[in-house]
This record gives sequence, C-alpha cells and structure tokens, in this order.
Amino acid sequence: MPQHPTNSLANAAGVAAPPPTSPVQLTINGQQHTLQIAPWTTLLDALREYLHLTGTKKGCDHGQCGACTVLVDGKRINSCLSLAVMHEGDEITTIEGLGTPENLHPLQQAFVDHDAFQCGYCTPGQICSAQGLINEDRAHTEAEIREHMSGNVCRCGAYVGILNAVKEVVDKK
Amino acid sequence: MSTTNYIGKPTSRVDGPAKVTGTATYAAEYQVANMAYGYVVSSPIAKGKITKIHADEVLALPGVVQVFSHENVPSLAWFDRSYKDLVAPGGSPFRALHDAEIKFSQQPVALIVAENFELARYAASVLRIEYQQEDHETSLETQRAKGYEPGAGKTGFQPPPAPRGNPDKAWEEAPHRMEAEYVHGAQHHNPMELFTTTVEWRGEGKITAYDKTQGVYNVQQYLTKIFGLKKDDCRVVNEYMGGGFGAGLRPQYSAFLAVLAALELKRSVRLTLTREQMFSFGHRPHTLQYLKLAANADGTLAALQHHALHETSQFEDYTENVVNWSGMLYQCENVKLGYQIAKLDMYTPLDMRAPGAASGSIGLEIAMDEMAYAAGLDPLEFRLRNYAERDQNVDKPFSSKKLRDCYHQGAAKFGWDKRTQAPGSMRNGDGKLMGWGVGGGVWDATQQKAAAKASITADGKLTVSTATGENGTGTYTIMSQIAAETLGLPIEAVTFKLGDTDLPESPLQGGSWTAASVGSAVQSTCAALGEKIFKLAQKMDDSPLRDAKFEDVEFASGQLRLRADHSQAVVLRDVLQASGEAKLEADSSVMPNMVKQNGYSLHSHNVVFVEVTVDEDLGTVHVTRVLNAVAAGRILNLKTARSQVLGSVVWGIGMALMEETVMDHKFGRYMNHNFAEYHVPVNADIHDIDVLFVEEEDDIVNPLGVKGIGEVGMLGVAAAVANAVFHATGKRVRDLPVMIDKLL
Repeated sequence: MPQHPTNSLANAAGVAAPPPTSPVQLTINGQQHTLQIAPWTTLLDALREYLHLTGTKKGCDHGQCGACTVLVDGKRINSCLSLAVMHEGDEITTIEGLGTPENLHPLQQAFVDHDAFQCGYCTPGQICSAQGLINEDRAHTEAEIREHMSGNVCRCGAYVGILNAVKEVVDKK
Repeated sequence: MSTTNYIGKPTSRVDGPAKVTGTATYAAEYQVANMAYGYVVSSPIAKGKITKIHADEVLALPGVVQVFSHENVPSLAWFDRSYKDLVAPGGSPFRALHDAEIKFSQQPVALIVAENFELARYAASVLRIEYQQEDHETSLETQRAKGYEPGAGKTGFQPPPAPRGNPDKAWEEAPHRMEAEYVHGAQHHNPMELFTTTVEWRGEGKITAYDKTQGVYNVQQYLTKIFGLKKDDCRVVNEYMGGGFGAGLRPQYSAFLAVLAALELKRSVRLTLTREQMFSFGHRPHTLQYLKLAANADGTLAALQHHALHETSQFEDYTENVVNWSGMLYQCENVKLGYQIAKLDMYTPLDMRAPGAASGSIGLEIAMDEMAYAAGLDPLEFRLRNYAERDQNVDKPFSSKKLRDCYHQGAAKFGWDKRTQAPGSMRNGDGKLMGWGVGGGVWDATQQKAAAKASITADGKLTVSTATGENGTGTYTIMSQIAAETLGLPIEAVTFKLGDTDLPESPLQGGSWTAASVGSAVQSTCAALGEKIFKLAQKMDDSPLRDAKFEDVEFASGQLRLRADHSQAVVLRDVLQASGEAKLEADSSVMPNMVKQNGYSLHSHNVVFVEVTVDEDLGTVHVTRVLNAVAAGRILNLKTARSQVLGSVVWGIGMALMEETVMDHKFGRYMNHNFAEYHVPVNADIHDIDVLFVEEEDDIVNPLGVKGIGEVGMLGVAAAVANAVFHATGKRVRDLPVMIDKLL
C-alpha cells in the first residue's frame, strides 16, 4: 500500500507564525482604499472579504476558471493568482465599476439581451474578460472571440449567448 | 398599457441586471458582524483510522479560534434517521467528524476556525494528522461479481419492471443482432460557485444559514434534527445559487460543519470549500452497461436487453433509474432490464443532471445506432419504425408525445436527408472527415406539492413568494411571468421572492419539476388573489362587473374586464384604491391531480442531431453543429428554456468528449480533482447549436401544461456525438469520453 507523504510544512519544532499585516493602498473603481492585511492576501480575497466587493467571484482559487477576472490598468487578470500588495498604484476595475442595475454597461446589457448566462456566477468574470478582450483589440471574428474567451468557464454552458453578446459589442466598436 | 400576456414569450431574465452587475447575492456574500472563517481539512487516505491530530500546534497560532475534529465534537443526534435528508438513498448517511474512521479519500477530518480566511487556510495546511491506513477497494471493474439489486430506498427510484415476452429466445432467433458493453467514467457536477455556508449567529442559539443548496427546507429539516434546533431558530436562505445540477440536492458537509462551529463558538462563521473539495461529496457514478438488441427483417425491434452496474459507497445504496427508459422509448415485445450496484470505498454518488437517463441513453442510443447499421437501416428511420405509441413499462398511453414531430422537424432543419449511410463517406468543405449522428431520450414530467403566497398593495405592486430556488433555470423570471399574466399586471409590478424557509414550502429544485410544481402554485395563488380583487370590484360604485361571475372576467393589461366585452372594465389599481384596503393577500397549496394523471404515462422527449468533424491525422473531434428538438409541453419562456437546452447540449458534449474523474486505485483518490484536469467544455469547444421546441399541448400533466426542460435536453447528446464519430471514422467507441487515443 503506498504511503502518503506526511505534511512537509509542519514539524515537531512547531509551526511558523503567520506573517504580520501591513497597510496596503488600493485604487478600485476610482476609489482609494486602505487595508490592513497580511501580504499573503490575494487580490480576490481582498476584494471579497475585506472590501465586500463580492461581484468578483471565487470559482477555483487556482486561475483555472476565470470567475475572478478583473481589469488591472485595463488588462484582464485572474485576481486569485495575484496578491493584493502587488497592486498598489494600479487602477483596478471590477464588475461594480463597469455598470449598475440602473445604468448597465453595453456588455452587461448585451449579456442580458442574449441570455448569456444562467446561474450568473461566472458572469462578472466573463464580462470583465470581454472588456479586457475589447481593450486588447485582437478578437473580431467569432472564432477569435471563442478562443480568447476560453479562459472563462461557464458550467451552465451559456457559450452561444456569451459569443453573441461579446460579438455584438465588438462589432459596434 | 401594453399586453400583459407573458407566458411563452422570450422575456429577458428579471434577475439579469443583478447577475450581470455582481449585485446578486450568493451564499458566501452575506455580510455578518464578527464573523470567523472555517477551512476544511480532508483525508489523504481512502480507508483507515485517524490515530492522532496535532491540534495543539495550530491552536498555538494567534488568531486560530478552534480545531474541530471527532475528538471534540459535542454529542449530537444519535440515530441514522436524524441524518436522513429528503433525497437520501437507503443506508446510513455519512456523518462528518463523527469518529476516527476514514471511509473515503477527501473525507472531512477537521475544521479549522480562525479570525480570517488566510489564517484558516494556513492552519489547515500545517495541521498534522496521523493515520493508520487499511486496504481499500475503489475499482468497479474488480467488483463486477459483487453487484446486487438495491432496495427502493430513495425517493423517485423505481426498480426495473419485470421482463416481458421472451427476450432471450427472440434475440437468438432474430436475423439481425448486436451485443456490446458501454462504459463511462465518474463525472462531477462542478457548479461554478463553491459550496459555502455563511452562518449568522443571532444569539441565544438562533441562527440563519445562508447556504448553497437546491432546497432550503431540506437543509433546515436536516440541521434541526441533528442539532436539536427549533425550526424558528434555524432559518435557511438561498436567494441565488451559482449552479447546482444536483450537487445541492442533499445537504452537504459544509453546511453541517459551519453550523456546528457557529453553535459551539456562539459566533457567525463562513465556510467555503475548495474546488478540490468539490470532488468529495457526490458524483455521477462510473457505470457499466451491457446491451443486446435484435431486429426483424422489417426493421422492427425483436428483443431489447439492457443491464447496468454502477458504484456506490460502503454506507449508502445510491440508486438512479438507468435502464427503465429503455423499456419505454421504443416499441418492443421482448424486453429484459437489469440494474445492480456495487460497494466501493468512496463517497456515495449523487444525482447529477438527468441522473440515470443521461447514463442509460449512452448505452441505449449507441446500441440503437449499432443495431440500425447491422440491419442496414438509417438510424433515424430505424427509430421511426420502432416508435412507441404506449408506455409498455406500465401499459398506459402517454398524456402527450410529440416525439415524431421532433424527428421530422428536427431532421428537416438539420438536413438529415443529405446524409450518406456509409462510415467515412462524408467530408466537410475543408476536406475533413465529417459524421452525422442521432440520439435522444425520454424523461419524467413530474409535479410535486408546492405552496405560495401573494400580496398586492394599493399602488398595484404584487409580491409572490415561495421557498423554491434559482440556480440558473430562470425561476425568478418564469414565476414573475405567470404571476403577471394571471393578474394582468406589467411584469415590472411583480416581485418574486424565493429561497427562504420563512416563505411557504416548495419542493427541492430538481427533477425538472419546478416549473410544473411551483408554477402551478403561483398561478393558483394569484388566481385566488384575483378572486378577492374581483369581489372588491363588484362593490365599486356603478361597477360594470356587478352582475358578472368570476368565470366571466379576465385580468389583462392592468384591467379587470368581461371576457365577452372588453369595454366593460375596471382599472385594477382603482379597485384597490376604492376598496380602502392597504393590502390584499392570498395563499394556496397545489398538489398534482392524481385522478386526472392516473391513467397516463407523463413524459417529455427529445432527439438530437449532431455533426462532428474529425482530423484523420490528429484524432481531434469537433462538434460543429447540433440540433436538439424537444417535446416538453408548453414552453413558459422561449429565451430561458432555450438556454437550458443549449446548456444541456454543452453538458452532453462534455460527457462525450472530455469529462471523466479518474480514480488512482493505488491511492483510492481522484487524480484530476480541479478545473485544469477535469475538463469541462469552454467557449472554443462550442460551435453552432440550434434548439427546436415542437408544439405539444397537454392538459393532463398539470394546469399549465408544462413538463420541465432542465434535463430532457441532455439525453442522447453524448450518444449522438459518439454515433457521429462512428459515422465520420468507422470507429465505434463504447468507452466515453471519446478521447484522441481511442481514435488513433
């Protein structure tokens, strides 16, 4: 019977203390925030758990699903794979910064019109990713949009609607 | 006011703006004061015992609040029945942190609670636990001889019907025969939202659990029984669920552990599982199916035999209806169906979208394709020659069945008549091998008991509520449509509330029965409210409705008017204001009409046409075109119903080409328990998908005439892909998913 490796992080000498917190300044959707957090805090957890900006979603915490996609200086990143302290001085845009229920961003309106979601959990990440894609200006055909939106998993399988929604906004540019 | 006829229209989701702006609130997103964070530690071994937990080492860390394990859980309910939820299979439910015994890999063995998430995660990563390993068995292949017929322990499970005719003799004597085994691996639901429970401590033993679930009442009864809580002290809420697919039918250990910690610590606690842990609480079971079909010279089925074996845990008899569908989808006089399960050292499987039927339709629909080829018939023509006019399993007529329309309209739209029969005979514009395949299925049209309440205020705003769920199916939208149309109100005047045990009870969100069950309750409740409004309207000065009966009036476009003379009308808002009542209320509870339904078999049907291209050198398969034709009664919302079927096709493509949770039998552990290695379809995998709803009227199934749409669309998709691959390449893959190595 194969033996599982024992936990290499812990040993009889004791467990290393967690790192201390320090102030971190973040600019999110144009607003300045100062957080007192440990350096191991991801940007995703800073947004959700410390700033209560829960529009950005956690789907895997490993950069495999895209639900946590936000825009940093206009570029789309997986916020679960990035530490909050790395983003002092950056302009961070989350889904809350794109539009509101009363004043939807064109991508948000297109997602509603094309029923480009079902449960809605991957949707903020899809929309931020689509905005990032538009900023990159490298996807124009349906095949290109499909390819460059493939970092965002939708388990409900709303890909037909997502393609049509993104295409509609891309075509208007 | 414009028309208030909403039913059947492609109304955009009323919860759409909340979802696209990130303001829809999921279980992990409720903000409560003084909250601690939980993190689960999972067992690395599949079987054995915990011998030591070095909790003191992590309790020494500043900010770690507690380490819960079997060593310090309080005394909880003793008997198994307290741990049985509404859809528990037979056997003895798993109890987290109950004792030192390990029954499956990734079993939760400890819960860390800390002041913040990062610290809880860190403490979980360094907590040392010692185990004594024992030999485990996780291979279904080795347990073929140990399969047994389970009892009818689970709601909705029906053992296969008794054999009919003489299936062995008929098979032996028929001119065309086939027999083969079909296999698919385990699959996991993997909704995008991680399982989470935020427990708000309300003081004095009272809690509110914001839980990811498909049934708040199911979770409430589970928690109250285990922890001895009063219902009023244990409110369960789920307003938005980030995907369920069956994963949230049973209360999960995350809910149990979060509530345990909150009650023990007298403090609010949030617990979110990791994506890896999402592979630890149930799956579509690895299933082995054996089919023997025979056809007569005229292309009619002479015999049909279908046997299935799948895995279950050591402690529960998980069951699903895998083979029963094969006795009712096609006309055949000689049928034998068999179903067995076998125990393994793993967690109990769990209903996953179209449980049983999605698996069974792989075996049956690939076998039907093989049989058609053996009999020299086009696979669609073969199905038409064996069309079942009655449900032979129960010897009853169908309440409605427009599958023939699906076949004809679907084939016409897909262009099936241009198909050439020989494998490898078709190529696309780029010269790639192209194949066309067909498959389909049948699913239950079920209605459950449901209750609702409604209230309307003097300004004409209607609120309707019941504790059903919204996991992407469009519940908020279709219920708002039904309510608005029943009372002739604009949909903007309707607020629909759900997912809260403070609301009237609705069934679990599953089985494709929500539209039928909850929709009927919403319609009935709004009609009851309408009758109250009508009585007030009759009391108005000079009321044009004074002498009318309730049957003679209708609610439309903000008015209450005579059906026969629309000019005889009163404005709804005027009625409410004239009455002097600030608010009118009604409630009702609706059961299925068993008297009406009893003489019939109630089912939805579909057929799927699939086009694939296959690269001869690389073995890569692309599903380039799909048409899914569905007969599911009345469609309440063309937009959301279409999305459900589109999603079902995506699921079928995943099942056919990539989804499989692979067990490493040495460790008794799933190897690919993450999104990087458990592949689900991404945008680039999906091409043209078309959905066709055929007209199907049915006043027997329920007053709304709806059959449900969440599962039927998935049936036969995986088989149709495999059949299309055969048509393209001549290679018959009977072991899904169809991966490159199986084609080269």
